[in-house]
Amino acid sequence: MLSVSGLSKSYGERRAVDGVSFQVQRGQTVGLLGPNGAGKSTTVSMICGLIKPDAGSVTLDGETVTQGASAAKQRLGLVPQDLALYEELPAIENLKLFGALYGLKGAALNKRAEEVLALVGLSDRAKDKPSTFSGGMKRRLNIAAALLHDPQLLILDEPTVGVDPQSRNAIFDTLEALKAQGRSLIYTSHYMEEVERLADHIVIIDHGKVLADAPPAELYRRLPTQAALQVELADTDILPAELLVASLAGLPGVAGVRRDGVSLDISLHGASHAAPVLRWLDEQGHTLAHFATARTKLEDIFLSLTGRTLRD
Amino acid sequence: MTAIIAMIRKDLILYLNDKRALMLNLLMPIVLAAFFGSLFGGSGSGNNSKIEIGLVQQDSSVIGRKVGDSLKADANLSVKEMSLQEAQDKVRAGKLMVAVVIPAGFGDAAGQSLFQSGSKPELPVYYDPSQSTVLAMVKGLLTQHVMQGVTGEVMGGSATGAKFTDDSLKKLEASPASEDKEALVGLLGSLKKFQEREAAKPAKESSGGGLSVPFTTKDEALSSGPKYNGYAHAFAGMGVQFILFMGIDVGIGILLARRMGIWNRLLAAPITMSQVLLSRALSGAMIAAGLMVAIFFAAMLMFKVEVTNVVGFALVVVAFALMTASFGLLIAAFGKTPEAARGLAVFATLILVMLGGAWVPTFVFPTWMQQLTVVVPTRWAVDGLDAMTWRGLGIDVALQTAGVQLAFAVVFGALAIWRFRAQAR
Repeated sequence: MLSVSGLSKSYGERRAVDGVSFQVQRGQTVGLLGPNGAGKSTTVSMICGLIKPDAGSVTLDGETVTQGASAAKQRLGLVPQDLALYEELPAIENLKLFGALYGLKGAALNKRAEEVLALVGLSDRAKDKPSTFSGGMKRRLNIAAALLHDPQLLILDEPTVGVDPQSRNAIFDTLEALKAQGRSLIYTSHYMEEVERLADHIVIIDHGKVLADAPPAELYRRLPTQAALQVELADTDILPAELLVASLAGLPGVAGVRRDGVSLDISLHGASHAAPVLRWLDEQGHTLAHFATARTKLEDIFLSLTGRTLRD
Repeated sequence: MTAIIAMIRKDLILYLNDKRALMLNLLMPIVLAAFFGSLFGGSGSGNNSKIEIGLVQQDSSVIGRKVGDSLKADANLSVKEMSLQEAQDKVRAGKLMVAVVIPAGFGDAAGQSLFQSGSKPELPVYYDPSQSTVLAMVKGLLTQHVMQGVTGEVMGGSATGAKFTDDSLKKLEASPASEDKEALVGLLGSLKKFQEREAAKPAKESSGGGLSVPFTTKDEALSSGPKYNGYAHAFAGMGVQFILFMGIDVGIGILLARRMGIWNRLLAAPITMSQVLLSRALSGAMIAAGLMVAIFFAAMLMFKVEVTNVVGFALVVVAFALMTASFGLLIAAFGKTPEAARGLAVFATLILVMLGGAWVPTFVFPTWMQQLTVVVPTRWAVDGLDAMTWRGLGIDVALQTAGVQLAFAVVFGALAIWRFRAQAR
């Protein structure tokens, strides 16, 4: 459906986006993941025809997206990172304005504005000004404003920035409803858990380049470790700490061990290796104060690809 | 077209919903124009303002009293008699522009001096240093009244006049012989005969004698329009100023939209940047034109300002509105942040309205400045509005002033679009 091919953009000496390519299939949700300044917003701006790429192209169903009155834009919806609303214009008037920009008018526009208000749960606040809304309500209206023209592809640029957990859940409910309708989404974020919850496909971007472009399962498979075991020992007297770490690292299925005082973070090739490791610690006479197992997270994938965390 | 209409509609709703801005844009120019209009002569329906002067009458002679009475009777002066101390205090405090002292003995000394050389009696005049123009006017009037008073008495048939003539003849006869002496004795002899004849006439047949100003002026205010109305110019000036301030908001609105991401949302739609800018300019122009019409409507209702050429007025207003809107676009195009742009734009606007004659008419400017200000768009706006109101000029002047403003609008708009496009790259 959407094809991004070799996009590049420089600002002076700084190369913000460097040959970014990826595809979005119909009905697919693509998570565009990367730290602040990675080039996500610049990429999104080029996809939406807001800025002209130095090189590369964006096509939607074979039609090139360009600046200006590009017809392909009719099938795109953008939810900007900022609250792009007129604060003193009633919610329904905001929606009518953004609908009219896509050629909607009259009864069709009114009907569609009411539909999207209902979708984001703001029907009862239609005549109120956004300046009287909570942050979460504004975010939902911000999404609604991109839905008036029923776009095939919705691009959300960090739509949950500055939103409380409750409102975040409400936004996710809306996005999942859109996804269930078969709409394609591009979701940019530096929040791993959000992307993990929504995306069928993940594009990891850093320093303007695509580092990974695959479904989440495949990204996990590429990791040397699949699970993690956190152990907190009641004592460390039986073996010296260095010897304990070295012994654990030599066990079958253990990929690595990090020690922080009496806590041990043990990376495993699979969750099935957790039980033998715990049994070995017991056999060695260690008393466990606490233990927990966890699946490897996207954060670890990003760490393994870039050597730094997403929030660096 | 749907998109442009929707964006214009949005701007109009936002503007009309902002009651505070609306009141500020509408009330402020009316209040200030009412003030400035009264300074510029008001609606011209009342009497001309008189110059208030103080009179210290220390001379009780016939001539001294005559001069004082003559000053009091002058239609251009409002004379209040007071003591020397009070006169000096009031002038010093700025409560009186000029005070004239007629010192004791002035009348006699002035009468004696008329035909004799030597020192002349002094007439002290105190004045506020900030009112030197008024001083010149008062001195002119004073000269007229003193000359009329002194010569009327000396050359008339009164006993005072005869005494002055006799005294002057005696002094002349005692002086050494000369050609001038002979001529002057002849003149005074003739005067004496005239005085004796005047004295013999009944009072009502006497010509009164004396010298008078040998002309009168016939004053006629010339303009093609109705009677001059100072409010018309004041409303034009203040309207132009405050509508330009509104134009700044047009630009600041764009800068805020860019900061808030609304700009990106607009341009993500299948419309061009030129359409977005055009809609903003049109909505700004509509608001500007609406404000100017409302301001002049108030001027017509409250201060009897007349619009003498409705079509010409409409042309000038529309051209000014478009120029204002494109000025707003220019601010948005070259402004970096709303805060910085606002400060700079307010400064530029104040300079424009000052040089454009919005505060005081351009004819009071020095000649070189009057010539320089033809490159200031506000000058054409104010001149155009003056022309279509109190000057009552024709459609040709409206076309000229509107045309120049439209040219400025095109230049400002083109510069703004060029800059916006450069930024989009």
